[in-house]
Amino acid sequence: MAKVLVVTSGKGGVGKTTTTAALGAALAQAGKSVAVVDFDVGLRNLDLVMGAERRVVYDLINVVNGDAKLSQALIRDKRLDKLHLLPASQTRDKDALTDAGVARVMDELREKFDWVICDSPAGIERGATLAMRHADVAVVVTNPEVSSVRDSDRIIGLLDSKTLKAERGETMEKHLILTRYDPARADRGDMLKIEDVLEILSIPLLAIIPESMEVLRASNVGCPVTLNNPLCAPARAYTDAVRRLNGDAVPMSVPTDKKSFLDKLFTRRAA
Amino acid sequence: MSLLNMFNRRGSAPVARDRLQLILAHERAGVGGSDLVMVLREEILAVIAKHVEVNSDKVQIRLDRGQDMSTLDIDIELPLTPAKAGGRAGELKTKAAKLAAA
Ligand SMILES: Nc1ncnc2c1ncn2[C@@H]1O[C@H](COP(=O)(O)OP(=O)(O)OP(=O)(O)O)[C@@H](O)[C@H]1O
Ligand SMILES: [Mg+2]
Repeated sequence: MAKVLVVTSGKGGVGKTTTTAALGAALAQAGKSVAVVDFDVGLRNLDLVMGAERRVVYDLINVVNGDAKLSQALIRDKRLDKLHLLPASQTRDKDALTDAGVARVMDELREKFDWVICDSPAGIERGATLAMRHADVAVVVTNPEVSSVRDSDRIIGLLDSKTLKAERGETMEKHLILTRYDPARADRGDMLKIEDVLEILSIPLLAIIPESMEVLRASNVGCPVTLNNPLCAPARAYTDAVRRLNGDAVPMSVPTDKKSFLDKLFTRRAA
Repeated sequence: MSLLNMFNRRGSAPVARDRLQLILAHERAGVGGSDLVMVLREEILAVIAKHVEVNSDKVQIRLDRGQDMSTLDIDIELPLTPAKAGGRAGELKTKAAKLAAA
């Protein structure tokens, strides 16, 4: 029986899809069978970040409507046997997703995999609440920046009220991933402090992901960052997050990449 | 930045551009349900369903969209004697269609 995890944020563009692909790949790299599910109907991007965009035959709406079997719509990753993608529809709108249909598909996914990871659309509307509805665990993705933190607080409220777990009177397990963290800006004191974000949101910290070129590179070539360059700083941060999700006690740190002399020279010029 | 990347100054952006051009060409062509690959998918499945009762669990469809050519690979396990003709059903693995569409 799978654990269903939702990656959510409220605010757009904070790193949900990047995080979904990285966590999914890292779990598969650790030997778990994984399905990543794109709930961003009409704006699908998880296929692109995973490098599967040329292979999409059916999507979530086709499966929800019964036009295709789940097994026909799942795309198996070419590099990681245990990693599968269920793409979002690019042409239909989210109203084509019925509550009952989504529930049936989630049940089926639960039986087939160890982990099901749902990539939520931005916002607090139906798309976002559908993505979180069946979750056992939530990962709230936040940038150290005021509007992102405020939106995360809204989303935490929804996780505690609009999910099946909440409706059953159980508590939703919630974790914070603080991403696009820039140690240089933190040093200058211009970025919200980690402790402050944690105090405001009061959910446990799962990982701090540094701002990194490696994330851009990975999405350019269509490969989750943990797979594209497992030793780079963001990949190590995501891999640690997965170990914590699996119950290991891993000390918290902000991984960094050593910069070469030339690199420093170039970034200084660019700045 | 690794030594390898130092020599590979072109970086990952050209790969991103190529991938985008390819997928956007297909998506634009597909507006209004005229995506040839998807039309073929439906029509091939409909033709087969007309002659035999196939369990959709036994139909595997793979697709690879390319620049000049896409491959649609439909794998169907057909009953030995078509069920619709009232025969005994055995299993025969048949590769029904492998075709390229520009
Ligand atoms: N750690 C990071 N370092 C640098 N860039 C990052 C990092 N994480 C994400 N990004 C970049 O931020 C942008 C938005 O990321 P992503 O698409 O994952 O966000 P999202 O929350 O899924 O967005 P949306 O709400 O639109 O679905 C992308 O260009 C991505 O490459
Ligand atoms: Mg996204």
